[in-house]
Amino acid sequence: MTATTPSLPMKQKKVLSLSKREALTAYLLITPWIVGFIIFTLGPMIASLTFSFTNFSITKPTQFLGLANFIQMFFQDYRFWLSLRVTLTFAIFAIPLGLVFGLLLALLLNAKVPGIAVWRTIYYTPSVVSGVAVAILWGYLFNPQYGVINWLLSLVNIKGPGWLGSPDWALPALIIMSLWGVGGGMIIYLAGLQGIPTALYEAAEVDGANSVQKFFKITLPLITPVLFYNLVIGIIGTFQYFTNAYVMTGGGPVERTLFYNLYLYNNAFRYQQLGYASALAWVLFIIVLILTMLVFRSSAMWVYYEGELKRR
Amino acid sequence: MATETLQSTTYPELSRIRLINRKSLKFQRAVGKLLALFFLSCGAVLVLLPLVWMLTTSLKARENATEFPPSWIPQESIKTEYNGRNYFMYDIPVNGEVRRMGMLKKQPGGMAIFFNPDNPEEQYTLKLEDGKKAMKTVIHWENYKIGLTMVPFNRYVWNTLLVVITTTIGVIISCTLVAYGFSRFRARWIDVLFLILLSTIMLPAQVTLIPQFVLFQKMGWYDTLLPLIVPSFFANAWDVFLLRQFFMSVPLEMDEAARIDGANPLQVLLYILVPQSWPALATVSIFHFLWAWNDFFGPLIYLQSQDKWTIALGLQSFSGLYSQQITYLMAASTVSMLPCLIIFFVAQKLFIQGVVVSGVKG
Repeated sequence: MTATTPSLPMKQKKVLSLSKREALTAYLLITPWIVGFIIFTLGPMIASLTFSFTNFSITKPTQFLGLANFIQMFFQDYRFWLSLRVTLTFAIFAIPLGLVFGLLLALLLNAKVPGIAVWRTIYYTPSVVSGVAVAILWGYLFNPQYGVINWLLSLVNIKGPGWLGSPDWALPALIIMSLWGVGGGMIIYLAGLQGIPTALYEAAEVDGANSVQKFFKITLPLITPVLFYNLVIGIIGTFQYFTNAYVMTGGGPVERTLFYNLYLYNNAFRYQQLGYASALAWVLFIIVLILTMLVFRSSAMWVYYEGELKRR
Repeated sequence: MATETLQSTTYPELSRIRLINRKSLKFQRAVGKLLALFFLSCGAVLVLLPLVWMLTTSLKARENATEFPPSWIPQESIKTEYNGRNYFMYDIPVNGEVRRMGMLKKQPGGMAIFFNPDNPEEQYTLKLEDGKKAMKTVIHWENYKIGLTMVPFNRYVWNTLLVVITTTIGVIISCTLVAYGFSRFRARWIDVLFLILLSTIMLPAQVTLIPQFVLFQKMGWYDTLLPLIVPSFFANAWDVFLLRQFFMSVPLEMDEAARIDGANPLQVLLYILVPQSWPALATVSIFHFLWAWNDFFGPLIYLQSQDKWTIALGLQSFSGLYSQQITYLMAASTVSMLPCLIIFFVAQKLFIQGVVVSGVKG
């Protein structure tokens, strides 16, 4: 007894310092992120929120405006509503189309066709080459006179529209173009499909289920977490849509492709209205937050998780 | 097998039904596979068409690039000179023998006068639609040389490489350290901090864009490559998340063994985790490479003078200045896509894994 008592507090002290040391190591290791988070994320977030209540601009002295930016945005600025409509229209068509085509492709590949690696490579290739070169290329593909798209349509006796030069067809053109990158989603769905236990299908076959029933009762419910993930990423991505609109249409014709992010860019870097652009950025943030939260909320109704399945 | 023979002896009817079912099922599967292959092929053609068009256009003569319908091989019409003027050559049957003749002029009634290029006095009036315009395949490799020297492309490549390589190093170093901190150590606030890190994935970049721009401008970094490079050394949520996932899958026992042997935390990272995680590190590098190579927004707002431009910016200004020079523009676009395509074809497996890890488990 007497021999162990003095060693006990010492041991405790050592254990304590060990865990403290562990914590210290952890904080030291993540320091780059903490510093970066403060300088490049938290600080700028607070700053842009502050800017959004001012007429901050590089050229003029800054004045506090209160809610004036937001009032202007909601009640006087038709371009705000226009750009919101353009972005949401794009999202409403491009995201579901992307989900459906990506899933269809994944289902085709999952049918144990030969050469799966080759197909996967072909379909994923467009996702590797994003950016300006792709935007320029598609600008020519949509050319009404000699473009490949109208050539394809002429093969089935359709006279193609003016696409990027036409106020009615410019946005649909960008939606069609977005389908080129459908292979990125396909790979994720394919992995999801391959993760579904075959025992489920076998059990369904024994019960006499046909392929349509198997798809709607097994495949679709089990793939919903992946669909959910792609939906959230798709919503966030659409509000970041910039390069294609900037390079291919510049927002035109007659502002029909004025995406939200392009309008924000114009305000900040073309009209030098940094305060107003900050207000636009915060409204965008809140819209994305609300949409994402709606998707998350609704997910309880349509997304199945593995744990849930096990409980049933 | 054993149960089946048993069944067939006891219930012959049932086994026959099963046999038929299996046969029709097999047939159905074969048809399904063929249909799947058909649709996949159609889709694959559509997916590859833009890239093929880009490549062939980059090798065509300017006047052939805007032909409708487009030709998929860089072809040119053959011409012949006669009395100082150029005439199109046609392959046309003359008295039952197909000969290559120059077309002098069209005549009413779908006829045309053709002449022998070697002996222009020898002329025939023939039906135009019997003939076929003579074409030859000419590959204009010089489009690449011209396209890449019309603008200071070397300079753009150099700037892009500078940004891409330094930021890849920055991302790898910082994200490895941070992911290690988040995956292997217990500390009071570590879980909260990780949640904050994850939530920044959802944060739209625009919210921080303007103050960042002002900050870099105040620091005198406007019109330098620094705003594009420096932030990469402070880790980003995506790559930290991906690396952390991977580190968690490396058994803790290995760390502990190294610890017992007296290794400090950094040594454990360098000698145990890093060698085990090279696929994850390679995936992060590749994805970052692609992202940085294709990035347009950053260069657009921070770079002004042409000698600082990256490929994305250079290409955009090129297309604005010379939108009629399609062949040169497509040559430059092809070159700018090439590194990404090569990396993808070489490291496909890592790609697919990376997409799946960040997608399905995320």
